[in-house]
Amino acid sequence: MSEVIVITSGKGGVGKTTTSANVGTALALQGKSVVLVDADIGLRNLDVVMGLENRIVYDLVDVVEGRCRLKQALIKDKRFEGLFLLPAAQTRDKNAVSPEQMRKLCETLKEEYDYVILDCPAGIEQGFQNAIAGADRALIVTTPEVSAVRDADRIIGLLEAHGVSNMQLIINRVRMQMVKRGDMMAMDDVVEILAVDLIGVVPDDEQVVVTTNKGEPASAQGNSLAGKAFKNIASRVLGQDIPFLDLNTNSNFMGRIKRVFGFGN
Amino acid sequence: MGFLDMNALFGRKNKSGSVAKDRLKLVLIHDRMNCSTELLEMMRADILEVISKYVDIDTEELNIEISNMEYEQGGKKAPVLSANIPIKNLKKVK
Repeated sequence: MSEVIVITSGKGGVGKTTTSANVGTALALQGKSVVLVDADIGLRNLDVVMGLENRIVYDLVDVVEGRCRLKQALIKDKRFEGLFLLPAAQTRDKNAVSPEQMRKLCETLKEEYDYVILDCPAGIEQGFQNAIAGADRALIVTTPEVSAVRDADRIIGLLEAHGVSNMQLIINRVRMQMVKRGDMMAMDDVVEILAVDLIGVVPDDEQVVVTTNKGEPASAQGNSLAGKAFKNIASRVLGQDIPFLDLNTNSNFMGRIKRVFGFGN
Repeated sequence: MGFLDMNALFGRKNKSGSVAKDRLKLVLIHDRMNCSTELLEMMRADILEVISKYVDIDTEELNIEISNMEYEQGGKKAPVLSANIPIKNLKKVK
């Protein structure tokens, strides 16, 4: 059974594109066929995060307007079996596509792929309306900051109003050291405020910057905590019962030893 | 922060994390209700008008707000409109 999942947040810069890339890649690594759709028309970025920017010929708007067949616009990621990208148009704007067209596109993609991951643009306007039109499920990305949580709350209300009731929360860029000393909202606080099921907590991890610099998703690398967190989210999307990561960074010597021997995370 | 700041020693009340949480809760109550400050101000004026018909109230000290003291309403949490109205004289002489 195929599923269309929209990755959304309301606020910009909280990690929607990174989450789309990483969860999508992790799903493909688990043997699923996945198509990543960049719904951020005019501000496309999923291609660079995935390192596929040089392979774009046609884009989403070309498909919708019938200038090419769907298959021609899909970029096959040669590194990961079963992973495809449908890039956004860069020279058009959000109004180039209608919710009805997006719904149709999602239906078509669902016939071929196990998972359709939609990278939603920031904001609550047309681009958002387009991205959620064909969605079966929403993953709401937020960070433990007042502005991001407030926007997430607004998005949750709008998703409900549009009939997308299957939604889960991802708390991104958590800094455990700050949570511990009380200078960052804890995961429980955010979940309590938003009253949505948690599907993942991703630590603030330098490796995400490093891997994004190179155009390689962190979830495809074995060594980063954030990559691991994204992989776990993918597993939970697949219905597996995976315990949440212990984000207490083992920065001391004993902690590192423990981690090496597999006692840590 | 003082040398013997008990809050800093034992609690997290002053920590920015809980400040953020409290501020958020309040902001979201207003966001979710779609209740603007003007609306609250109008409500406040009307409530005042009605109450002052019967009692003398201290308009300086009064406080009307939608607070995050949530109570269960059919299994769902709901915000509370609370009014703290100090009374000067119980009976207004007509």
